[in-house]
Amino acid sequence: MQTALKPSRANPVYPFRKPADLDGHERHYPVCVVGAGPVGLAAAIDLKLRGVDVVLVDEDDTVSAGSRLICLAKRTLEILARLGIGPELAAKGVVWNRGKVFHGDELVYAFDLLPEEGHRWPAFINIQQYYVEEYLVERARSLGLDLRWKTRLTGVEEQGGGVRVLVSTPAGGYAFTCDWLLACDGVRSAVRGSLELPFRGQSFPDRFLIADVRMKSKFPAERRFWFDPPFHAGRSALLHKQPDDIWRIDLQLGPEADPEEEAKLEKVVPRIRAMVGPGTPFDVEWVSIYTFRCRRLERFRFGRIFFLGDAAHQVSPFGARGGNGGIQDADNLAWKLAETIRGRAGPALLDSYEAERIPAADENILNSSRSTDFMTPVSGAAEAFRDAALTLARRHDFARAFVNSGRLSVPALLAASPLSTPDEPEWAGFEGPMQPGAAAVDAPLGNGWWLDRLDGDFSLLHFAAPGEAATAANRGVPVHCAPPEGILASRYDGRPGTTWLFRPDQHVAARWRRFEPASIDAAMERARGWR
Amino acid sequence: MIRADDIYAALVDAHRGLDEAESRRLDARLILLLANEVADAERVLALIEEARAAGGDS
Repeated sequence: MQTALKPSRANPVYPFRKPADLDGHERHYPVCVVGAGPVGLAAAIDLKLRGVDVVLVDEDDTVSAGSRLICLAKRTLEILARLGIGPELAAKGVVWNRGKVFHGDELVYAFDLLPEEGHRWPAFINIQQYYVEEYLVERARSLGLDLRWKTRLTGVEEQGGGVRVLVSTPAGGYAFTCDWLLACDGVRSAVRGSLELPFRGQSFPDRFLIADVRMKSKFPAERRFWFDPPFHAGRSALLHKQPDDIWRIDLQLGPEADPEEEAKLEKVVPRIRAMVGPGTPFDVEWVSIYTFRCRRLERFRFGRIFFLGDAAHQVSPFGARGGNGGIQDADNLAWKLAETIRGRAGPALLDSYEAERIPAADENILNSSRSTDFMTPVSGAAEAFRDAALTLARRHDFARAFVNSGRLSVPALLAASPLSTPDEPEWAGFEGPMQPGAAAVDAPLGNGWWLDRLDGDFSLLHFAAPGEAATAANRGVPVHCAPPEGILASRYDGRPGTTWLFRPDQHVAARWRRFEPASIDAAMERARGWR
Repeated sequence: MIRADDIYAALVDAHRGLDEAESRRLDARLILLLANEVADAERVLALIEEARAAGGDS
């Protein structure tokens, strides 16, 4: 149940253009991406930047109707910056690192998700999904990407060594073949439906009201979450700031709420009035009544067809793990597919998409299910434990850890990745959270940032002893030499000789205490799926 | 258990005058406090399992 009320801006319209394919000759493309949401656009742009030709089809001709995904996590910002829309996001988005949790009208605790300096991106930027899509579409256009609007997928089948795709358009239908198909077409994926793949998991009975409200408010740019607030007794509430004086309000309504009734403005306005107080004028921009589900496909790869984002897995919104997880899927798959198409990858590389992203999806599903369970207790006992955690948290620090208003998205640690080279025992004793499988952590470097140096290819980071010549014989990979002191060295435990190997998606593939060409070659082979 | 009778009596006393929901919340608070004192997640998980198994209710 969704109501678009008074949009404060007109979404851009991307015109349908007749493709040559309508002449009845079936053409062949290396890759087809289905769905021009944030995940499909990110995957298509990443592939294009790696020199792979992509056809991107979308059934619509514009961007997201409502704000929908609004919280872009640090890792997502790093990925989107690599894809080229960092400046736009930084200019438009609302930066936040802090959050507050209330019980009744009392502050239970406040938290800071990024309590240290020296990172290009904050813990989160809030921005409406339509802006993210708009920036990505502009970027895709500037790269000459083949974007096909008003092009609805009507069938998909494996054929020979590829995939045959049937689409319909305002000018008629056509068919083409591709070597690889990426289904990024969301929670109601037409590709998934066409293949009749089961999409199973847990449903939560509670209904939630999600609204975008335009108002001038002095609420700070932080995440605020209330359990049982005075303005919405017995339920939970969430408030987020977005650009353009838009605020996201999320109210728990309970399992018996009538979605048709609750979406009506005469029901919505008093609820929001109670929350923002009598003195603040506001307009309701967009309203949606949801129930949440956590579920995923059993596999994310079926031969030459891959599933990414909501087409592969669905979570509740608490923790902002849906869109951020989906962007990480695209980041994970694009370089693997590009390496495979260029003939530089072993057979294990594409298989590693599932090995890495299914555990990541399960982690997101586990976290968002537990958050939803905490907010919507399933029994008297569950309610008593939630009450106990909230009551104790006001005076006992330990109890804050039990209070779950959403475990916010963090980059997946690809702990059991087949592409990672485990530490050799004699080199144990690396300090800090960085390890094989982890997404590289940022640090200031010169006038810029470390992650800007990891711009899409395999890279080595080598901490040189003072006076040491750049040992780095060229292994076919760029080598960044850094001194063994400073913030970069402290975040990577960089002692003289310490060497890190990064994958094209900026995850750590291996690390050593010495620069050893033979070990580097072996780790590169492994990271390319040759063993 | 040292002073078992004192502890038992204090537990029962603490619930005096409470309705069922209040009692449940009191127990929940006490369980979280005790879990924190145990301070060993594996041990707490094992004790939860032990309590469940000993009841034979499920």
